[in-house]
Amino acid sequence: MSNFENTAYNFAYLDEQTKRMIRRALLKAVAIPGYQVPFASREMPMPYGWGTGGIQVTAAVIGPEDVLKVIDQGSDDTTNAVSIRNFFQKTTNVETTEETAKASLIQTRHRIPETPLTDGQILVYQVPIPEPLRFLEPRETETRKMHALEEYGLMHVKLYEDISRHGDIATTYAYPVNVAGRYVMDPSPTPKFDNPKMNNMPALQLFGAGREKRIYAIPPYTEVVSLDFEDYPFTIQKWEEPCALCGETESFLDEVILDDAGGRMFVCSDSHYCKSRQEQGHSGSQSPDAEKASREVAE
Amino acid sequence: MYVAVKGGEKAIENAHRYLAEERRGDPAIEELSLKQITEQLSHAVSRVMAEGSLFDRELAALAIKQARGDLIEAIFLIRAYRTTLPRFGYSAPINTADMALDRRVSATFKDLPGGQILGPTFDYTHRLLDFALAAEGLEAEQAKEAEEAVDEDVPRVLELLNKEGLIEAAVPGESDESSSVGDLTREPLEFPAGRDVRLQNLARGDEGFILSLGYSTQRGYARNHAFVGEIRIGHVAVEFVPEELGFAIEIGDILVSECETVNQFQGSKKVPAQFTRGYGLAFGHCERKVIAMALVDRALRADELGEEKSAPVQDEEFVLSHSDNIQATGFVEHIKLPHYVDFQSELELVRRLRANALRTQTTLEAAE
Ligand SMILES: [Zn+2]
Repeated sequence: MSNFENTAYNFAYLDEQTKRMIRRALLKAVAIPGYQVPFASREMPMPYGWGTGGIQVTAAVIGPEDVLKVIDQGSDDTTNAVSIRNFFQKTTNVETTEETAKASLIQTRHRIPETPLTDGQILVYQVPIPEPLRFLEPRETETRKMHALEEYGLMHVKLYEDISRHGDIATTYAYPVNVAGRYVMDPSPTPKFDNPKMNNMPALQLFGAGREKRIYAIPPYTEVVSLDFEDYPFTIQKWEEPCALCGETESFLDEVILDDAGGRMFVCSDSHYCKSRQEQGHSGSQSPDAEKASREVAE
Repeated sequence: MYVAVKGGEKAIENAHRYLAEERRGDPAIEELSLKQITEQLSHAVSRVMAEGSLFDRELAALAIKQARGDLIEAIFLIRAYRTTLPRFGYSAPINTADMALDRRVSATFKDLPGGQILGPTFDYTHRLLDFALAAEGLEAEQAKEAEEAVDEDVPRVLELLNKEGLIEAAVPGESDESSSVGDLTREPLEFPAGRDVRLQNLARGDEGFILSLGYSTQRGYARNHAFVGEIRIGHVAVEFVPEELGFAIEIGDILVSECETVNQFQGSKKVPAQFTRGYGLAFGHCERKVIAMALVDRALRADELGEEKSAPVQDEEFVLSHSDNIQATGFVEHIKLPHYVDFQSELELVRRLRANALRTQTTLEAAE
C-alpha cells in the first residue's frame, strides 16, 4: 500500500546524500575552473528547462543563515523566479530578498545583476546547454575530447565566419568565454553584455545544468575572457536611449512594446536595480515625475 | 506613465486554482476513483509505471488523475516522487522463465513446448467502436477458464534455438556478480554506455520515440530483419538479498512484458553468420513498447557485431540522449518561458546588421 500522506521533505528538498554528491562535484568544479563536471542530476519537482540544475546547486549549498534572491531575465517578479523562490521558502524557510547587496545566494536565469557582486556572495546560474561547442559538434564524445586537447579552433572558425558573413560576430548571448586561460566555457544564455562582469568577480559563480547533468564553476577573482580577434575585439550591446524609468545609460535594457503603432520604450532588465535608482531620485522619460514635469511644461 | 508588469505570484496562484477546477470538470459528474483507473485504464497505468520507473499501480493511477490523463505529465509526477524514495539496494535479477504467464506467443514456431497462449490481447479484435460500452452498467463477458492449467515448464523459445548453436548465446553484461548493475538515475549517462544502461534507458524511454525508431529499422534504416521469438506477459517474483541474511527472500511480484527477437545476421569479419538477439522488457502490460525496444536494442548492437553504422537508430548517443520524454518535454516546452533578454540581444543585432547593410548600400549607390 502506498503512502499518500504529504511527506515531510528534507531541508532544501534534496536528501543529504544527494547534497554531498553535488557538493563533491562543486568542489571539483571550483578546482578546475570552467571544466564541466558530470554529476548524477536528480529528477526535480519542476520540469527540465525550468532551472533544475541551478535549483540542485542552490539546494546543495544553501544553509539556514542564507539570504536568497532569485531572478529570471533580471527580474525578481517573473513567474518562474517567483516559483523557484517559493520552492526554497517552503523547503528551507530562509530569508529571501530582492536586494542584490543583501543576498548571500543569488540564483539567476539569463542575467547577472547590475549591482556589482562582492566577496562572500554566490551566484548560481541555470544552464540549459552547458557545452559551448555543442552547436558546432553535437556529440558529447567528441566535445569532451576537444576540451581535453584544448582544441578550440572550431569556435574561432565559427566566430570568424560570422565576421565574413555579417561583418560582425553574430553571437549575442551565451557568448563563449575562456576561463583561467584553459577551458572554453558557456556562460549560460546571459547576454554578452554581462560577460565582462564575470571577469575577476569577487563572488563565487556556480553553474548547474540539470538535464545535461553537468556542473561547472568560476572561483572568485578568476580571469574570464570573451573570445575575440585582435581586429574584431569583443564589444557589448549599447542602446541609443537611456532607461525610460530611471534614466540609466549603462544597464541592459528590455524593450517594451507600448502600442501597435510602433510605440516602444526601453527599461532596465534588472528590476531591482531600476527600482532602487528611482528611489534615489533618478528618473526617465516615462517615470511618473517626468510625465508630470512634461505636463507642467506643456500647461 | 508606465508601470512594470507585476503580480507573477498572484497569477500563478490563480492559474493553479483554475487548473484544479478544470481537472475536476463538471462537479455534477461523479469523480474518478483511483480504483476505476487501475482497473479500467490499466494500459495507461502500465505505461506510467514503465516510463516512470516505479512499480506502483495506485501511485500511477493518482498521477494519471492528477495529470488529467496527460500520461507524460503523469510519468513526470511519478519520476519526481520516485527520486525522493530511499534505496535499500538492488534486487536479484528477475527470472522470466518462471513467469506466471498471462500471455506467451512465438512468431517463429507454430507449436512449441508450453504452447501459444493468447491472453488478453487486442490482436484479433476488429477495431469497431463498441457502442454497447457507451451504455454503462452492462455486465462484461467472462472468459472461460481453460480445462488444463498452463504447463509448469515453459522453456524460452530462444533457448530452443540456442541448443543448435543457431543463435548467439545471451551474453551477460560486463558486470560480474560482485559489481553492481549500471543505473542512470544515480550516475550520469556516459558513452559508450554498457548494454545494461542502454536497456534501462530504453525501458524508461518514451514509447512513441522507441516505437518510431524501431519502425525505422523495418523500413531500411539499419534493417535487421526481426522475428518475434517470444513475447511473455505475466507476473514474476522479485527477490532481494538483505546483507544481514545473505540469502534471497521474495519481496513481492510484478507484472512485466518481455520480448525477445531473433534477428538475421549475415556475419561479419568478427562473427560467423548466426541469428542474433534483441531484447525488450518493461513494467506492466506494454507489448508494443517491448517489441519496439527489442528492435532498437538490436540496432544499437552494431558496434559489438561489427556492423556498418548508417542509421539514427544505430547511433547510441543519438538514441539514448533523446529517448527520455521527461527531459524532452521539459526542454522543448521551456522555450515558452521568458527569453526577453536573449531576444532583445538578437533584436539589437539584427537592427544593427540591417542598418550597416543599408549604409553600405547607400554608399555604393552614391559612388555609382
Ligand atoms: Zn532603469
